[in-house]
Amino acid sequence: MTSTGFILQQLVNALFLGSIYALIALGYTMVYGIIELINFAHGELFTAGAFIGLIVLSALQSVGWVDSHFILTMVIVFAMAMAYVAVLGVALEHVAYRPLRDASRLAAILSALGMSIFLSNGMMLSQGVSDRAYPSIFGAEGITVMGAKITNGQIFIILLAVALMVALQLFVHRTRLGKAMRATAQNRTMSRMLGINIDQTIRITFIIGPALGAAAGVMVGLYYGAVRFDMGFIFMIKAFAAAILGGIGSIPGAMIGGLIIGGVEVLWAAFLPSAWKDVTTFTLLILVLYFKPSGLWGQGDVEVRV
Amino acid sequence: MIRQEIKKLAVYSVFLAILILPMVGFRTTHFEAGRAFKVLGLFIAILVANFVAKVVRSRRGEDQLQKVSLGDRISLRFAEIPKIYTLGLLVAVAAVFPLLADNYMIDVGITCLIYVTLGLGLNIVVGLCGLLDLGYIAFYAVGAYTYALLNLRFGVSFWAALPAGVLMGMFLGCVIGYPTLKMRGDYLAIVTMGFGEIIRLVLNNWDKLTAGPNGLFGMQKPTLYYPGFHDGGLHLSVYSIKTLPALYYMILIIALLTLVGIRRLNDSRIGRAWVAVREDETAAELSGVPTTWLKLLAYALGAGFAAVAGAFFAAKLSYVNPNFFIFMESCIVLCIVVLGGSGSIPGVIVAGFILIAVPEIFRELQNYRMLAFGAIMAIMMVLKPDGLIPARRRRVQMAERRQLAGESNE
Repeated sequence: MTSTGFILQQLVNALFLGSIYALIALGYTMVYGIIELINFAHGELFTAGAFIGLIVLSALQSVGWVDSHFILTMVIVFAMAMAYVAVLGVALEHVAYRPLRDASRLAAILSALGMSIFLSNGMMLSQGVSDRAYPSIFGAEGITVMGAKITNGQIFIILLAVALMVALQLFVHRTRLGKAMRATAQNRTMSRMLGINIDQTIRITFIIGPALGAAAGVMVGLYYGAVRFDMGFIFMIKAFAAAILGGIGSIPGAMIGGLIIGGVEVLWAAFLPSAWKDVTTFTLLILVLYFKPSGLWGQGDVEVRV
Repeated sequence: MIRQEIKKLAVYSVFLAILILPMVGFRTTHFEAGRAFKVLGLFIAILVANFVAKVVRSRRGEDQLQKVSLGDRISLRFAEIPKIYTLGLLVAVAAVFPLLADNYMIDVGITCLIYVTLGLGLNIVVGLCGLLDLGYIAFYAVGAYTYALLNLRFGVSFWAALPAGVLMGMFLGCVIGYPTLKMRGDYLAIVTMGFGEIIRLVLNNWDKLTAGPNGLFGMQKPTLYYPGFHDGGLHLSVYSIKTLPALYYMILIIALLTLVGIRRLNDSRIGRAWVAVREDETAAELSGVPTTWLKLLAYALGAGFAAVAGAFFAAKLSYVNPNFFIFMESCIVLCIVVLGGSGSIPGVIVAGFILIAVPEIFRELQNYRMLAFGAIMAIMMVLKPDGLIPARRRRVQMAERRQLAGESNE
């Protein structure tokens, strides 16, 4: 049934999954751009966002707001999840990354891994081991374009993801803080000399990146209808693949990388044995790194020592 | 100073409340106040204890810079004892251990020794050569599956399958190592992590060969042959290494051989070249060190040791399945290396026992094990980035640095 409708359907799915990967990848790429550290706990921040979204959404659903004030509910759910995870991100940076800013790279990476394990197990203990069902608030209805069915949920999520990415792009390029971030990413020492508050800039990065991850977490929960304490890992590794594919440190690169990874995954699952789709993603990542280590849009020297 | 600390304490407590109360309190829409405040109280108690300790320390007015920390003093004292005594004592304790312990303890001992072997192998890659590897457990899986498949399909014995497993591991080590030669640092971490996952997924999905998630079972235990008189003549008798103590001694010997091998490597020309690559690759290359080959060699040798441990693991359990080889296991092995002190052999042994045996003791608190594991990992890195027992070379460097700092202070 490889009709146009089927292909179009897959493209919509790819766009959807790709925007989620892109949102998570942005968190990585920003943090990496500024402090050159893989934030291994980013996957857990994403999961935490999904859980907070679940808690808030269930609470609002039990008072009946989902039906009466739909837009307001969504705003509250996303805002709460993003705010919570932003606080978590700042706390994480303060506790686990700041003391190691000048230490060896290996120590910083292990500290990040340790925090990832800690957060993931903390969520397992507090929220349970099994899948947690998300309230389904989007029905099956949607619009049909040329045989491809796009549900309202998908439209909403894609639009929101695009809006967040546009907002981020505007923030980074049009505001003073964004300028400070770009300067810090380029040369931290020089920026400090020129009077940029480095600590504050890093903190803002750890607010924005995790907040975007949290939004992605809520989206995944809304769309797939379930969250689990360890779902962060697989999203993390793919989003990282996306970030590297696009050239780590580059914001548009992360967006495009996310779309590519999402596209490859969805199309592979549609036409080829889907059990192997993750193998394909990782292989793609390795091939890109081998042939073009700075990523598709990366600029300059990205080689860093352990 | 104290005012500042109190302010900090208050801010931290507010942060903790924001973070803990919703996540712990709301499992459903109902707020479980008791649970949430208990957890919050625990964390704040830790903060308060830290605050009190800081205040007491500042009252006593200890000068942190001049004072050698307790850990350093212990490790320095430890280093003064001739190596042969400590090593002899350790081996003696390890050798009599199965006579005194029950089966459960011996089993824990076996697990510890497997991880020590893995840690020593990874120590080549991470500690000596400075290449970060987050997919190391894949080689362990390769060793285990090679033995399992050769034994089940072709009836190959353990000792014949072992070299095959090692070769397979080394080959894959080179396959993984080769494309990563150009990369450094963080990219390497991600690529090795991706490779580790690829191998696990292949084992999981290739149903025809590996039976997928069900795993393979029924492998034979290793056997020993020795000449003996029976049936009126000299024949080879067969002793199957089946009991836990016998398996324990076997892995003890494997671990000791690994230890000796890695010590010799460490002190050899190759070992010094690895350290040169770790410290400054460009300078090493310019001084005529063949960095490409050395990196590949590090990957291959590290993988070889892991494959030995893997083959033993498969033989011991007579069962393998892909879920034994998840990313978490790679993390644990890496933790052993780095917590022990990157590049330090005694460090790996000590950290192996701490990370594997101590959590076993707290088995009742099983759910909290990994939580504590993650927290300790992060805290250790913040407090002691060089590990429990820093490698000798590193220790010398630190002493030099301290001396320099002392001179410039005067």
